[in-house]
Amino acid sequence: MSRRISNEENEQRFSVRAKRFISGEQRKYREEEEIRVPLEYVPDEEKNKKNKEDMENMLSKAYDLDENRSLRFFRHFYRIAALLCCIMLVAILLIEVSYLPPVGSANKPTNNEVTQKYIEDGLTDTGGINIVGGMILNYRAFDTFGETNVLYIATCCVMILLLVEDKPMRKLLKMDDRSFEPKSDIILQKIAMFLVPIVFMFGLYVMFNGHLGPGGGFAGGSMIGAGLILYVSAYGTKKTQRFFNEKIYTIIKVASLCIYGVLMIYFFYTGANGLDNHIPLGTPGHIFSAGLILPINILVGLEVACTMYAFYALFRRGDI
Amino acid sequence: MLDFAQNFPCFSIIICMMAGIITAALPRKAARVLNYIAILAVLGLSAGLLFYTMQTGGSFVYKMGRFPAPWGNELRAGALEAGMAFIFSFIMFFSMVGGYHKLKNEVELNKHKLYYIMVDLLLSSLLALVYTNDLFTAYVFVEINTISACGLIIIRQNGRTIEAGVRYMVMSLLGSGMLLMGICMLYDLTGHLLMENVHTAITYIVKTGTYQVPLIISIGMMTVGLAIKSALFPFHAWLPDAYGYSTVSSAAILSSLVSKGYIFLLIKIFYRVIGFNIICGTKIINVLFAFGLCGMIFGSVSAILEKDIRRMIAFSSVAQIGYIYMGFGLGTTEGMTASIYHILAHAATKSLLFIAAIGLTDVSGGNRSFFELSGSGYRNKIAGVGFTVGSLSMVGIPFFAGFVTKYLFAEAAIIHPTEKMLPTLVVLAISTILNAIYFLKTTIRIYTPEKKEIIEKKKYTSIVWAKQKAYSFAIVMFVIFNMVLGLMSEDILYIIQTGLRNFA
Repeated sequence: MSRRISNEENEQRFSVRAKRFISGEQRKYREEEEIRVPLEYVPDEEKNKKNKEDMENMLSKAYDLDENRSLRFFRHFYRIAALLCCIMLVAILLIEVSYLPPVGSANKPTNNEVTQKYIEDGLTDTGGINIVGGMILNYRAFDTFGETNVLYIATCCVMILLLVEDKPMRKLLKMDDRSFEPKSDIILQKIAMFLVPIVFMFGLYVMFNGHLGPGGGFAGGSMIGAGLILYVSAYGTKKTQRFFNEKIYTIIKVASLCIYGVLMIYFFYTGANGLDNHIPLGTPGHIFSAGLILPINILVGLEVACTMYAFYALFRRGDI
Repeated sequence: MLDFAQNFPCFSIIICMMAGIITAALPRKAARVLNYIAILAVLGLSAGLLFYTMQTGGSFVYKMGRFPAPWGNELRAGALEAGMAFIFSFIMFFSMVGGYHKLKNEVELNKHKLYYIMVDLLLSSLLALVYTNDLFTAYVFVEINTISACGLIIIRQNGRTIEAGVRYMVMSLLGSGMLLMGICMLYDLTGHLLMENVHTAITYIVKTGTYQVPLIISIGMMTVGLAIKSALFPFHAWLPDAYGYSTVSSAAILSSLVSKGYIFLLIKIFYRVIGFNIICGTKIINVLFAFGLCGMIFGSVSAILEKDIRRMIAFSSVAQIGYIYMGFGLGTTEGMTASIYHILAHAATKSLLFIAAIGLTDVSGGNRSFFELSGSGYRNKIAGVGFTVGSLSMVGIPFFAGFVTKYLFAEAAIIHPTEKMLPTLVVLAISTILNAIYFLKTTIRIYTPEKKEIIEKKKYTSIVWAKQKAYSFAIVMFVIFNMVLGLMSEDILYIIQTGLRNFA
């Protein structure tokens, strides 16, 4: 096959030019372009050295308040502005509070049918003597499920920041080191031996008793978490990890939240669709009563205890 | 007995939460698969719900539990909510797909699991903010949203992200605190947390003229709190670092979804808690109007001065958030419709821009400086196309999403009765020109061919379609979505207007 047009003509054809343009090869009009491609950069040793010195000089002087007037001005301005903002916010809030309906008056808007139903029908609706427990775990169960997830995601966030699983890295950062703390303090150990079981017992009591009296999962769980922290600071991590290591921690955390979630799906689905509730409310006052409140209290308590201990362990040594 | 479709809002929230919980016990790859499955499930459920609500034409409330509204929790879904949930999950899915190839370099391998937990719970909280009918539920999920957004920023651990995370945390908690104080005071005045009942009580308060001062202050507190959290102009100091240095998926999700969730909550509060006529009678919307106009100008000016491409896109967000609040400030239904359309358009475009920008910087040796990007549109063609489409949409060229919103804003300004018309039109024009300056400058730069010697010297690589299938797929889907928003505006406007009518 022979060519009808010369090579140069072929170069001028639109299709060929367009192809070149698309693949970024076009060179012909380089000098006429509005945006110049930056000139080739040739490193200059002396200049680099001088630049480095200048940079260090600048950095040392930039944060020196005597040298840097704008920084000094900024610091003063910042303090004054922050103070003014805070005073303004406080003033606005005080003005607002002074206009609010007085606390304790009978015709306050908050004394309405909502609180009335909680107090009057709480026992028959939820089966729990503790109205607050019934309110947060039964009437407003969705909020509390969200709140428990806040704890869970807060632990995950702390893990992002502080968790170090790599063994050599842990050694480098001296994470298993306890050099700044008393090792095997005999007084602490003896007292912990007495206190820890009592704290655990009381925590469990508050957790299991949440539907009968003051308490519930959040309070009981934090007590158990505090007991764990006391134990680990008295006896060290090795002894604690025999019964509470990362594996058990994950199992407890995930299992309790999963069961909680499944219970919630059951509760929401049957409640919204008007299906029968198969969880008996029991006799008020008995330990196995009040339907979902008791299991949810236990699950929330486990999650809270795990969260408390995980915070301590992560801040203390970057691992659970 | 309810229709089965009415369970979908509850299901989609719980699915995301359960996915986030189970992920803690899974290996890395399974976590990723579960995350994708959860988001796709939400996408399907939202699509079904949208279809259902458009068929019935109304909205419905869904009782969360055994007890009816003022005592128990409640969800509410209509066309607008379902559409929002659909678009949020769509953008979330393709942001995750488009950013996956970078995640290995940016995040430690054993922390990928935590990343997916954050994303799952973030989506659940966004859905809850969209669907909730109760002020306190909204606050609980605002908390989850804040913490997970913080986790998404700090999971890429270098100095800048930690600093950005701290800054974000401080500002965001200030916003949450103000929102909580506003809700508490409002509860003290009305005795309710359910949106409808609060609305009734507020109407009564306004009619009788008691408690005027605390009512206005509470509304102001809630508005300012949510404005801080969604980076309205004077409160945007946390934004450029948080969006500019986090991982690419995080940046796309944060800019296009997290701030939009708060804005949508604010719309709900305006319409369903306070009442649109009452909020339009106060001076609060004038403040939002002024700040929105300032944001439109100053965000764009900051973006023009910026040399780093990702920070430039981040600053552009400030300007776009300004548009949305300007629409609120107009105080008309047209302005509100335009704002909601802009929420969608900005979410679609900004995630596309962030994901396209990472492709461009990758083929420029990972260098994010503007001057290093010459010719990168040739070296990664699909990213170049994506960035160009995003830029054109932001500037407001017809066929793309940005054009429709600019048109709607201009229309809303022209038929506006008071003196707000002129400033809106003038600032809209100036801001469009400023947008064009920095976006088209970048587009021209990425299509300016680079010398072969320089390419070889700096070891710039080229990447082809076949080597980045998932990434290309995400970009293509975003481009198509942008075109859909730009070309099918009639149908989407119909959904928004139906939803807004159901709100009141």
